[in-house]
Amino acid sequence: MTTVTEAPPLAPAPETKPPRQARKRGRWTPYWLLLPGLLWLVVFFALPVIYQASTSVQTGSLEEGYKVTWHFATYWDALSEYWPQFVRSVLYAASATVLCLLLGYPLAYLIAFRAGRWRNLIMILVIAPFFTSFLIRTLAWKTILADGGPVVDALNTLHVLDVTAWLGWTAGDRVLATPLAVVCGLTYNFLPFMILPLYTSLERIDPRLHEAANDLYAKPSTTFRRVTFPLSMPGVVSGTLLTFIPASGDYINSDLLGSTDTRMVGNVIQSQFLRILDYPTAAALSFILMAAILVIVTLYIRKSGTEDLV
Amino acid sequence: MEQYEPDRLSPAQEAAIRRSFRSGRAALTRRSLLRASAGGALAVGGLGALSGCGIPAAGNTQGGVSAEDHSKEEKTVNFSNWTEYMDVDESGRKHPTLEAFTKRTGIRVKYTEDINDNTEFFGKIKPQLAAGQDTGRDIIVLTDWLAARLIRLGWVQKLDPANLPNAFANLSAQFRSPDWDPGRAYSYPWQGISTVIAYNKKALDGVEVKTLSDLLDNPKLKGRVGLLTEMRDTIGMTLLDLGKDPAEFSADDYDAATARLQKAVDKGQIRRFTGNDYTADLAKGDFAACLAWAGDVVQLKADNPDIDFLIPDSGYMTSSDAMLIPNKARHKTNAERLIDYYFEPQPAAQLAAYINFVCPVDGVKDDLAKIDEDAANNPLILPDKAMQAKSRAFRSLSSKEETEFEEKFAKLTGA
Repeated sequence: MTTVTEAPPLAPAPETKPPRQARKRGRWTPYWLLLPGLLWLVVFFALPVIYQASTSVQTGSLEEGYKVTWHFATYWDALSEYWPQFVRSVLYAASATVLCLLLGYPLAYLIAFRAGRWRNLIMILVIAPFFTSFLIRTLAWKTILADGGPVVDALNTLHVLDVTAWLGWTAGDRVLATPLAVVCGLTYNFLPFMILPLYTSLERIDPRLHEAANDLYAKPSTTFRRVTFPLSMPGVVSGTLLTFIPASGDYINSDLLGSTDTRMVGNVIQSQFLRILDYPTAAALSFILMAAILVIVTLYIRKSGTEDLV
Repeated sequence: MEQYEPDRLSPAQEAAIRRSFRSGRAALTRRSLLRASAGGALAVGGLGALSGCGIPAAGNTQGGVSAEDHSKEEKTVNFSNWTEYMDVDESGRKHPTLEAFTKRTGIRVKYTEDINDNTEFFGKIKPQLAAGQDTGRDIIVLTDWLAARLIRLGWVQKLDPANLPNAFANLSAQFRSPDWDPGRAYSYPWQGISTVIAYNKKALDGVEVKTLSDLLDNPKLKGRVGLLTEMRDTIGMTLLDLGKDPAEFSADDYDAATARLQKAVDKGQIRRFTGNDYTADLAKGDFAACLAWAGDVVQLKADNPDIDFLIPDSGYMTSSDAMLIPNKARHKTNAERLIDYYFEPQPAAQLAAYINFVCPVDGVKDDLAKIDEDAANNPLILPDKAMQAKSRAFRSLSSKEETEFEEKFAKLTGA
């Protein structure tokens, strides 16, 4: 739009008026274009966050209604009561993120540099699970890991479950309804969120850089360590964020694949909000979770020393 | 659903199986799924938005606010029900009992299956009802404890007995006068729900179970026992097992029941607390035994001969899903006529044959036998005297008790 209005007339214009008008209109254009997005943010993000903040410092009951009493003790109570679930959420989400990175990086590398004409097919395979619902995908794991199923039988025969049971990841000779199952579910469900940004940043690396490294007598491992990996850092960072953040708030995996001792903070929020009807505690828990994620993410981005994500 | 061989199952059975996967009384639903897949941070934000909506809610709107009744001018009624909770014809799109009602009365029924979960549905209609607005629904079907809460909050209308002659005459004794709605002033049951113990013979592998204690204590069942996330069903069965009456227990009794369950949880005896998704665990044998809803067991049994149920000597829990008319509903009289219609033996039998829950209507046996002989003789659908004698209901709770008990129960389940 701006280009049209600012197209200079061929003849030298008699100064002042037309250009000023044009500039005026042009100046507002970006704001008009921003408006829908801003409205969306205000209505669906800012207002809910404000409501939520207000809810978290209210007291009352369903019958009497809730009033803002600046009851900040709710935060402390929620944290002292449910800190194990918070720790567990961060732990499970971090484990799932690391697993996603370990599984996703080689795959993204393969797609970016080695897949050749198979590239598109592999990409489709990575995304394909998204065509079915999250719930169905998680339920599928109940069949895969069923007691006495082939996977669990094999793990039992190889005595892997003895080791994981000793570590406290599984219980007895089963995988379902244990922490391991929850972490597996989280890893599986969020893996594409890791692979896609990794692929995007790997794919952008100029192959000539690899050749140059080779010419300078760098071993393949050195090339990877000094050239490829540092250049893929934006992908690593955004991939880990896209995995870690939703995983730490997830409650479906814990609900379906876990047991009473694998409950994450998402489960607590759900039960506080829907069953116990303790809205202030639910809101306070959500805020603590948001704050915790924000702190962890900020520290992580600082540490990883990358400016741009992707 | 394709994994079931359709020719082996009647359409009714098929529907019930589908329902058992989808209608989770406390199970995961599409809405919770959407929230979850939107990603954690956003999900939390979403929850926050919902809780925000509740803030100005000023609680009680003082009992049964009726709007002007438009039943005469608008020959229609808006009926909100759980998924797969109504008879369906061969095409799967029409509901024969509703069509017969329309043919007879000229009242068009707008039937919506938009209730998936009690707690979530409450969250959905709460803002409107708290603000004294019309929800756009004339009949809603909610499990009795939530029905009790709505009555307590004064969010539903008093029914006019003059419009409910059949309901008054044919309601089974078992459902006649719950303590949360004495004399059925505000609600009538849609279907009854029995909570029993179900087991998988193959997975039990010769272990004998007769009571809930066997499930909670037998070391051979360690990690293979399931309980329900529905607090009243799990605690109710535990109270019965402890020899207490769920219809009149004290706070101490409640604590004794949670302590009993906590011991089993700590031992690792309990695999999971579940909503309707226990059906899959039981069918696969991951659960050797669990608490279960009888309507599901009828279907599971038809599909898998290894599955059976038992009723402990101490008794079993009965609850119901109740029909209510929310405040400001526009078609109250039409709604009452529809409620009354389902207490006529013929439509009641047609419905019972299809959905296999406990039929709350007396005198349907002959009509049901004409449709399905087996169903008519199944005590899980039409409880006989012996069965009825063992049935117990959970007493109603004050709002303070409800919060307190739910909180203790949530601790038990880990959240």
